[in-house]
Amino acid sequence: MDTPSATPASRTFNVPATATSAEGAQTLIEIDNFDFYYGAKQALFDINIRIADKRVTAFIGPSGCGKSTLLRCLNRMNDLIDGTSVKRGSVKIRSIDINGRDVDSIELRKRVGMVFQKSNPFPKSIYENIIYGLRIQGVKSKSRLDEVVEKSLRGAALWDEVKDRLHESGLGLSGGQQQRLCIARTIAVEPEVILMDEPCSALDPIATAKVEELIHELKKQYTIIIVTHSMQQAARCSDQTAFFYMGKLIEFGETRDIFMNPKNPQTEAYVSGRFG
Amino acid sequence: MTTVSTNTFASRPSTGRSLEKSTFWIFRIATYVILLAGFAVFGDIVFKGSATVFGAFKTTSSFPYFTNTFLTEAPESLYVFEHKGEKREMGDTEYRAFREKETAAALAAGKPAPVFEAASYVYSAGGIWPCIVGTVLLVVGSMTIALLLGVSSAIFLSEYARDGTFVRFVRLAILNLAGVPSIVFGLFGFGMFVIYFDWNVSLLAGWFTLAFMVLPVVITASEEALKAVPKGFREGSLALGATKWQTIQSNVLPYALPGILTSSILGIARVAGETAPIMFTAAYVVRDKMPWDVEKISDFFFQGVMALPYHIYVVSSKIPQNEYTSRVQYGTAFVFLGIVALIAASSIILRNKLRGRYKW
Ligand SMILES: Nc1ncnc2c1ncn2[C@@H]1O[C@H](COP(=O)(O)OP(=O)(O)O)[C@@H](O)[C@H]1O
Ligand SMILES: [Mg+2]
Repeated sequence: MDTPSATPASRTFNVPATATSAEGAQTLIEIDNFDFYYGAKQALFDINIRIADKRVTAFIGPSGCGKSTLLRCLNRMNDLIDGTSVKRGSVKIRSIDINGRDVDSIELRKRVGMVFQKSNPFPKSIYENIIYGLRIQGVKSKSRLDEVVEKSLRGAALWDEVKDRLHESGLGLSGGQQQRLCIARTIAVEPEVILMDEPCSALDPIATAKVEELIHELKKQYTIIIVTHSMQQAARCSDQTAFFYMGKLIEFGETRDIFMNPKNPQTEAYVSGRFG
Repeated sequence: MTTVSTNTFASRPSTGRSLEKSTFWIFRIATYVILLAGFAVFGDIVFKGSATVFGAFKTTSSFPYFTNTFLTEAPESLYVFEHKGEKREMGDTEYRAFREKETAAALAAGKPAPVFEAASYVYSAGGIWPCIVGTVLLVVGSMTIALLLGVSSAIFLSEYARDGTFVRFVRLAILNLAGVPSIVFGLFGFGMFVIYFDWNVSLLAGWFTLAFMVLPVVITASEEALKAVPKGFREGSLALGATKWQTIQSNVLPYALPGILTSSILGIARVAGETAPIMFTAAYVVRDKMPWDVEKISDFFFQGVMALPYHIYVVSSKIPQNEYTSRVQYGTAFVFLGIVALIAASSIILRNKLRGRYKW
């Protein structure tokens, strides 16, 4: 935990006005009995989660508990690491097993975008950053690209700040702007799901607030899964929360329930800042 | 009131202190000696060589009204002789024309033909134009091959291959290759390309021999440059649905290129300067035709060329040293340095341009 709060989070927690009940939402991602290994080392143990469509799901837990690992399993980024393997169970998106033989990880990643902990704008212009995904897909039409750039930047609440310098390097932006540029780049390829791995951990409070605001906007169109170290952030942004500890899913439910009346004593201890 | 105390910080002479001082001087002197040696080498070449090069400017009757015979002519034998009590130095063509003219003049005047007793010095007249052309061709061709092969294999090793026994073995092999003396590459090139592939002594054989010689440098440098590209660029690209090759092509290689070029500059100097790898594979002692005087395009690749380092070697080894040959030696060395500097400078400019475009 970054900042253990003096007051237990569970008592100061207010249900944000923006929270949407996960009830009534359709399930988009089903993770069943999922075991994941780095070589011989097991990182995830028997994970079972149902992630709701067009909602924000937060993954919380102490460092090294496997949040990033699970997140990266959802767009198969772990394929890039030597020796990783899914030993048991499945991850299904719209009932399709994404680790199945007939699933192409390239196609999967077009549908499941990712925003990284360390913002990673490419050393190209803002414009080129946004259209990167489309260029790869072979889109050439200038008018279409222009349109996507504006739409994505507006979608990431960045348009007004950068519209006059689209052809300057994306690296000239501030940290918060860079992270929103990465979000804009992700939504430019119109994914269904956006995975965010501690997107605000390197940002100041104001930039963090902007990204959080953006998340509320984005969930109208996208299913968002966010890994966070900050319990306050999970409480503010998410509809559902999953608490992990040592590679196991300890508790999963409505964010309100996880923070206000957790069933598991470990969850209670973590969200109230007693360990982490 | 302050009391005056004895200075507890006063320096105390000790063996430790004098050791300190002498080590400092040893390091300092070592550096100065190196600097001096460097200056001596460069100074010697520049001083003696520039006299040859700058002394060869001549005026002409057509545009641009001057020429430099040392840079634009082929090597010739120098004839030194005495004529009508005057000491003359002439290149081969000029000497023959002069002799004919004088003989004809004497005959016309009814006098006996004059006797010419000339001392000849091989390659000491004319210039080194074919050597310049040959060296540039060798450098461009072999660096192209080395970069294509080297960058490809670096991409394979650092982006595709899984770290394992095989990759470690390949790296070890590359490392060993870097330590092989250049004459061994020359022999390999001779056996492989000249004899076995039957390419004869040719540009192609020289290109491949030189390319193999610099490959270790290029591969190692390319790998380092690829490794220096942050992982985030690769992940970011892949997360947007790019394939591995798309990622490498548009989001890794462009950023690695400046680094690859930087170390390839070292390779350029090596390729341009080595004599041993080309003496059996590509270099001719002397060649009348220029490389572009070919009947078929394919002949271009299968012809030998003259080259600067080999010319220096030939001039220095074949004949006893005298003022005329040392003139050519130093002139050639000077031009050689100039060409390497020129090629290196242009790659540095290219690199800086690329570097300015991609910064992170
Ligand atoms: N590339 C990797 N190779 C081997 N083990 C890894 C790798 N990445 C993460 N791990 C291990 O997997 C566990 C979970 O890590 P991670 O998912 O990064 O945790 P979190 O994001 O919750 O901090 C940790 O014990 C970590 O050491
Ligand atoms: Mg993590």
